[in-house]
Amino acid sequence: MLAGSGGDMQWCFSQVKGAIDDDVAEADIISTVEFNHTGELLATGDKGGRVVIFQQEIENKNYPQLRSEYNVYSTFQSHEPEFDYLKSLEIEEKINKIRWLPQKNAAQFLLSTNDKTIKLWKISERDRRADGYNLKEEDGRYKDPNSITSLRVPVLIPMDLMVEASPRRVFANAHTYHINSVSVNSDHETYLSADDLRINLWNLEITDRSFNIVDIKPANMEELTEVITASEFHPNQCNTFVFSSSKGTIRLCDMRASALCDKHSKLFEEPENPSNRSFFSEIISSISDVKFSHNGQYMMTRDYLSVKIWDLKMENRPVETYQVHEYLRSKLCSLYENDCIFDKFECCWNGNDSVVMTGSYNNFFRMFDREHRRDVTLEASRENSKPLQVLKPRKVCTGGKRKKDEISVDSLDFNKKILHTAWHPLDNIIAVATTNNLYIFQDKLTG
Amino acid sequence: MDVNVEAKRILAVSISKLYASRTQRGGLRLHRSLLLSLVMRSARDIYHSSRESEAPIAAAPEEPMDTSSRAEEQTQLPEPESEPQPVANGAEAASEVSDSREEESDGETTEDKENVSPTRQSRKRRGKASAAPDFLPSKRARLEPGEERYAAPLGSCRTMAGESLTTLSLNRVIPAF
Repeated sequence: MLAGSGGDMQWCFSQVKGAIDDDVAEADIISTVEFNHTGELLATGDKGGRVVIFQQEIENKNYPQLRSEYNVYSTFQSHEPEFDYLKSLEIEEKINKIRWLPQKNAAQFLLSTNDKTIKLWKISERDRRADGYNLKEEDGRYKDPNSITSLRVPVLIPMDLMVEASPRRVFANAHTYHINSVSVNSDHETYLSADDLRINLWNLEITDRSFNIVDIKPANMEELTEVITASEFHPNQCNTFVFSSSKGTIRLCDMRASALCDKHSKLFEEPENPSNRSFFSEIISSISDVKFSHNGQYMMTRDYLSVKIWDLKMENRPVETYQVHEYLRSKLCSLYENDCIFDKFECCWNGNDSVVMTGSYNNFFRMFDREHRRDVTLEASRENSKPLQVLKPRKVCTGGKRKKDEISVDSLDFNKKILHTAWHPLDNIIAVATTNNLYIFQDKLTG
Repeated sequence: MDVNVEAKRILAVSISKLYASRTQRGGLRLHRSLLLSLVMRSARDIYHSSRESEAPIAAAPEEPMDTSSRAEEQTQLPEPESEPQPVANGAEAASEVSDSREEESDGETTEDKENVSPTRQSRKRRGKASAAPDFLPSKRARLEPGEERYAAPLGSCRTMAGESLTTLSLNRVIPAF
């Protein structure tokens, strides 16, 4: 199903979800996007603490080229704003991450987290209800017991499909700092959660305790030099996980080595290019996302200006580096002033690890084809939202004469940023989140 | 000097960001505070290395939520590092210096009150208690540009001659923004 990205893959608009208003309600800002393991379900989390799950419908036989559309399957409020009275701090309800559990039975499970609390949600379908109760009327009122003269067995009758989300576990009070990552282990029994200074290991069944497996908090907070920015379990080695830091390093840890994995098994770091040194070197080297490849041989990191692919067997430098928007390097001071330099972009792999994708500004997103050494810049906008409209590659003009159809760096809209993207695990369907809209694109099916 | 102007500007912008982040929903973010403090340190080092070429000042402005210990370490910098240098080298020297000594950060946030150790109280903060941080709005009357602030000289390393010049000029930076 997943063809190689051979030749020039063309991407078409499929759907867009969300309000058309230019006035963006803060609660509607999308904060995370994640496909489940089959790609049938697509979950988004927003700043208002809500989770919306879309489901891919059965293929439309009349329009096979449309592939299947994603429609709303379930919406629920995952987290509410809370107040920490001890520290006089508000705890935001914004959903930082959603991670799906592999499916074990008819129900679907996902982990969603805000800054402090992780919740396990069960999403289940109900398409039958019981009818013919002995003690209750149709409308639920209790019958007069004296009027009951016979007994019958209630039967299950079909009803309109109802999708219910219920919180099955709440994993709270384990993080002093802000949670930035959760990752489900390949053993399907445990998961990790990471905040700025610590990583905890949980059992999915047990909520009242967790094991601390990484602690980089210095004895004296004044000696703090780096924080944890992202963490992930290896896709098939259940003892292995990585965590990235604000200093641009990635540490790979083996839980078999010791209970506390402060000593890394591998340290991945690329020496800095001294000619690029500036006031903002530390900020732009901070890693905002780390993702293992599906085959477990590589990992990808995203820092402010680039995407790097690392071979797990080689620690001293990445095997591939892709510039996302190098033209911003000369604008770092302005980007610092308008806060954009703190933006945390995510990145993702396609199903067969041949292409990687990440977002940029002006609602641009970038794809890097590792096999064919090609990259493309595309735009998510309502102007290109006719059904199956092919997306035209965009180009940013970095200097000199601006060609037709190019956009100059100074015209980029830095309020329109794509921080969250996801790639269907088995197909060429991508979900791209602009500030408050979710775009779904698919590759152009030929023949 | 261009670098100096840029450094001052970045310093001022950083401080206003740090201050603004106090009122942010969700509380202070450790990562962001750390990055801000790293930028501030580079800018401050550049700024002071160029100031020091004019007057022998070793004092560093106190950063919000910081203890005076950072200033003490700043004063222990060997003098050669204070030569005015082009941005790249200056920033590099600043970062080398900051890498070589134990780093502090504004990571000590209100979130971390429970981790404040007793030893922290015994640091020379008492000497600074009467001199509020220069850039933050304090509960006292504001300094007007042109005024000088006199630090309480209680064994603090900051009682060097040129200190008032430093505080004076940096006070001017803030009103500019």
